[in-house]
Amino acid sequence: MAVEKTFQEINERIKKGQAVVVTAEELVNMVKEKGVTRVTSEVDVVTTGTFGPMCSSGAFLSLGHSKPRIKMNKVWLNDVPAYSGIAAVDAFIGATEVPEDDPLNSVHPGEFRYGGGHVIQDLVARKKVLLKATGYGTDCYPRREIETEITIDDINEAILFNPRNAYQNYNCAVNLSTRTIYTYLGMLKANLANAHYSTSGQLSPLLKDPMFKTIGVGTRIFLGGGIGYVVWNGTQHFPGVNQDDNGQSYGHAGATLSVLGDLKQMSPRWLVGTSMLGYGATLTVGIGIPIPLLNEEICRYAAAGDDELYAPIMDYSDAFPNLNSSNLGYVSYAELKSGKITVNGKEVPTAPVSSYPRAREIAGTLKQWIQKGDFLLGEPVQLLPNADAGIKVNTLKG
Amino acid sequence: MSSKKVVLRFGADIADQPIIYKLVKDYDLVINILKANVNPQKEGTLVMDITGVNTEQGIEYLRRLGVRVQSLTEEIIQNEEKCVSCGACTDICPTGALYMERPDMVVRFNSDRCVVCHLCVKACPMKAMEVRF
Ligand code: SF4
Ligand code: SF4
Repeated sequence: MAVEKTFQEINERIKKGQAVVVTAEELVNMVKEKGVTRVTSEVDVVTTGTFGPMCSSGAFLSLGHSKPRIKMNKVWLNDVPAYSGIAAVDAFIGATEVPEDDPLNSVHPGEFRYGGGHVIQDLVARKKVLLKATGYGTDCYPRREIETEITIDDINEAILFNPRNAYQNYNCAVNLSTRTIYTYLGMLKANLANAHYSTSGQLSPLLKDPMFKTIGVGTRIFLGGGIGYVVWNGTQHFPGVNQDDNGQSYGHAGATLSVLGDLKQMSPRWLVGTSMLGYGATLTVGIGIPIPLLNEEICRYAAAGDDELYAPIMDYSDAFPNLNSSNLGYVSYAELKSGKITVNGKEVPTAPVSSYPRAREIAGTLKQWIQKGDFLLGEPVQLLPNADAGIKVNTLKG
Repeated sequence: MSSKKVVLRFGADIADQPIIYKLVKDYDLVINILKANVNPQKEGTLVMDITGVNTEQGIEYLRRLGVRVQSLTEEIIQNEEKCVSCGACTDICPTGALYMERPDMVVRFNSDRCVVCHLCVKACPMKAMEVRF
């Protein structure tokens, strides 16, 4: 009889310290050796991980009241502006925000040495951060300015809230033009001289549950070194299937997650301020998601290896900026990780921008948490829309 | 025996002379060329590693010929605390000094191969590659 498990059954086993947990990397080999049926009955949870730059990240900070009170109208943290149009002493610091006097790309390529992502890393590192705020003065909030040092422990709440993280799959970026270009996937040399990609392939969370059979609102995850939750689908969540011109399928892509957690328990090792030359500042985020092996179908998806997962090759000098979806074919993560691929008949060196060793560490840490009984699976109260939902992409006119 | 990294710049007038041969033959030096470039005006730049007891005499010889010799006092280091092994520098580094150890995909730095071009210093998203004087 086919194996069917429930979240509750697996959580009971976790509580008793009996759950069998393996990383996605380990699962790939196990299924090759023993087959799906046996592995599904033997293994309870598979852990995944990814560690790469994730722009749509940020933190809500509830800064606390001063004496006398101020209604903060403008807020800066280490000179990086935070959005304060929420409430009197609440602010949202976005990962890609940069100081107002940043030269940006005026001397191309700009360095973007410090931005919102770096502020978030300094906060979790428990460093002192300079808070400046101005207000217009009201009867109940009379103060007009404040300048003080804070640490994350001095303020009331710090909540990491990332509206779009953990992209299911990503482009392999190349540059067909004759000049070097600076992208969010790093520096791409002219004339197809290198290729950059960014997922952890066989360890990557949303490639392992591509149809959202287990991940949904309420899924408990490893986030930034602490515990977080999937709270919604991410923005620009366009789950679909990659296909080439002949209709050949190259796997799932396009889904994203919205995640949240208590920044105070996270760590600077897993939230790293990031400067993409010529592009901007961002935050590199560590995310790990457990996938319960409820049945064989889930196990089969989770067991996909680097040789079965593909990324589309995209030209970032023309096709990408001009929103032209045509690509230069597909390449497997096994090929990408080998260090070279062939594009348009040319051998091209590859490099990732997301860290595979760190992704592996995340999957391993999450595995330990679950084995120790510290981390129970969160059963989603609602699963996320998958490729069958037929979500359409809107683009702006103008 | 310790080696010395130098940058040589020479004009078109001497670009055709067997300079390296002389260093090896007459001064008994071990030469390891890390980077060589001749521009369309026939002016050359050479980054190399010199090992041997007669290093100073060899450099004196180069200077007499009109070669500008600059010692590479700047050094690039990899801040291992900051490096996350993302890999973004490995295909940017022109000499393979930054490379990926497979299959673990850990990024390593071999300073012997570094020619201090600074490309990684700019390209590293974590600012983990640092310049030391
Ligand atoms: S780009 Fe920087 S962080 Fe990434 S591997 Fe290279 S040195 Fe390390
Ligand atoms: S400075 Fe950086 S990029 Fe240049 S050779 Fe040295 S390690 Fe490679």
